[in-house]
Amino acid sequence: MREIIEGRVWTLGRDVDTDQIISGKYLTIIDPNVLKTKVLEIGLPEFASQSRPGDILVADANFGSGSSREHAPQALRAAGVGAIVADSFARIFYRNSINLGIPTIEAPGVRALFERFDPARIDMRAGSVTNVRTGRSISFPPLPPHLIDLLEAGGLVEKVRRELAARHPPAGTMPR
Amino acid sequence: MSATARGHGMTLAEKILARASATESVVPGQIVEGTVDLAMMHEQGAQTVQPFHEMGATRVWDPDRVVIAIDHWVPASTEGAAVLHRILRKFADEVHLPHFYDVGNHGICHQILAENGWVVPGDLAVGTDSHTNMLGAMGAVAAGIGPTEMAAVLALGRLWLKVPPTLRIEVRGTLGPGVTAKDLVLRTLGEVKTTGATYKAVEWTGPTIAKLGMPERLTICNMTTEMGAKCGMVAPDGTTMEYLARTAKHAMHPLQPDADASYERILRLDVDGMPPMVACPYSPDNVRPLPEVAREHIRVDQAFLGSCTNARIEDLREGAAILKGHKVHPRVRFIVSPASTAIYRQCLSEGLVDLYTEAGAVFTNSSCSACFGGNMGIIAPDEVCASSSNRNFPGRMGPKEGRIYLMSPAATVAAAIRGELADPREYA
Ligand code: SF4
Repeated sequence: MREIIEGRVWTLGRDVDTDQIISGKYLTIIDPNVLKTKVLEIGLPEFASQSRPGDILVADANFGSGSSREHAPQALRAAGVGAIVADSFARIFYRNSINLGIPTIEAPGVRALFERFDPARIDMRAGSVTNVRTGRSISFPPLPPHLIDLLEAGGLVEKVRRELAARHPPAGTMPR
Repeated sequence: MSATARGHGMTLAEKILARASATESVVPGQIVEGTVDLAMMHEQGAQTVQPFHEMGATRVWDPDRVVIAIDHWVPASTEGAAVLHRILRKFADEVHLPHFYDVGNHGICHQILAENGWVVPGDLAVGTDSHTNMLGAMGAVAAGIGPTEMAAVLALGRLWLKVPPTLRIEVRGTLGPGVTAKDLVLRTLGEVKTTGATYKAVEWTGPTIAKLGMPERLTICNMTTEMGAKCGMVAPDGTTMEYLARTAKHAMHPLQPDADASYERILRLDVDGMPPMVACPYSPDNVRPLPEVAREHIRVDQAFLGSCTNARIEDLREGAAILKGHKVHPRVRFIVSPASTAIYRQCLSEGLVDLYTEAGAVFTNSSCSACFGGNMGIIAPDEVCASSSNRNFPGRMGPKEGRIYLMSPAATVAAAIRGELADPREYA
């Protein structure tokens, strides 16, 4: 996990639900590289073609509400989103997004700070999001230790892989 | 009306999570590792297979606690869906998962769990679908998770959870004729809103809830998902135990909330005199009294009686009672989709399939059907659907402009007959 995340901002409104991030008609697609071409087709249609790796999403309240589809954060990860910051998140989206290793930050009031394409700077340790153009910034409670662990491992897959590997050391390793 | 109660006891969700994490007591905000009693996957479970292997896992922690039920595209309607089903069948074979509800024995995943006793009082259940909340009706904590998280559950049999604060909803009064549990949950959504219970547990209680049967409790717990809740539940009582008497798949722990539990908020509702309700586009919390909306003569192109919220035998009987002696409006496509194969067969034996199809409805195989805009029953951009399902977001039935009104099964049928939104009490 990078401690400082910088990128160009795309702004979104409130209640952007998972249908708007990946429409129901694409749910049989599981290749993230195909999904990324459909991402935010309803919520922000120009995003898929114009976004650049490292771009940051700044949304209003209740981002990712609706279904449990992991296609939504997967498509955003495949599109190279550097972080998602919102006034608030829907719970399953939040978990999925963190589990995939995307820095996902709840910072009430953040949406009002940004306009499209403003440069943002996020300090994960200190817990702050700054609009580099205006200099205005907002703080957020730093993530709890187990979520930091998860992001530091690069997501849940890697975290569980380490845990299972520690439990069953590969043949030839000495028991500790 | 809202109030806060502070005590030292535990809410139902806290009791269940304390049990799941083998600790004496828990408090909201605490992070616990919970042992999972039941894990459910539907088509989204196909995305679990790759992370499961990437984690280096080879065995499922307890194959008898895993249920796979495909429902979104059954039988497969696209090549993509066929591939998802194939991935799941292969995986079930490889890691020996015997409880696979495949085509011919299928149904909406949550209904499969309910009618086969897979979730029982005191359980911590997780599923790869957001409406897993529905199973909280059994007096359990049941929550939706994503497929990567499910891979970790399959490998380890546990997951981390932040103990949620509880919103207690106390309901009193009597639901009038033609007014149902669906109207109650819609009205509640109108007050709580789609973010009002985010990260929270919802505990339904009060004399009105005590009188509801299990199908109705399933409906009100189902739509706690639309409130943003992690889980929604009804404490187990005689009704619960009777429902599960012959089907419970594992030991029951009928936990109750403590009398001095701490609630973050208590919402008190009185349903005496409450009219049927409707959630207007484009949000399940955009709720108004149905008679008032019906006066605007909103023309309906499609009606959908289906989904995990309201496609149980009781719902289909309720609809049939309204439809009897009427015809579906010639301009309306009326789709009826029972929630499971068992319900489908029940409809056949009760003559409901004849009744619906004679009136001009299409009676489909059991699946999610038109609920999610990815399989069948898609509407055109300028069309309107009256639906007994649970979501009406932009794009839910296909095009983002399509307008969906959410209502009870009775009101859905009334709309199918009249060709516009209608008060079902006029057909009773
Ligand atoms: S019926 Fe609708 S809400 Fe229920 S599981 Fe299927 S798609 Fe989801």
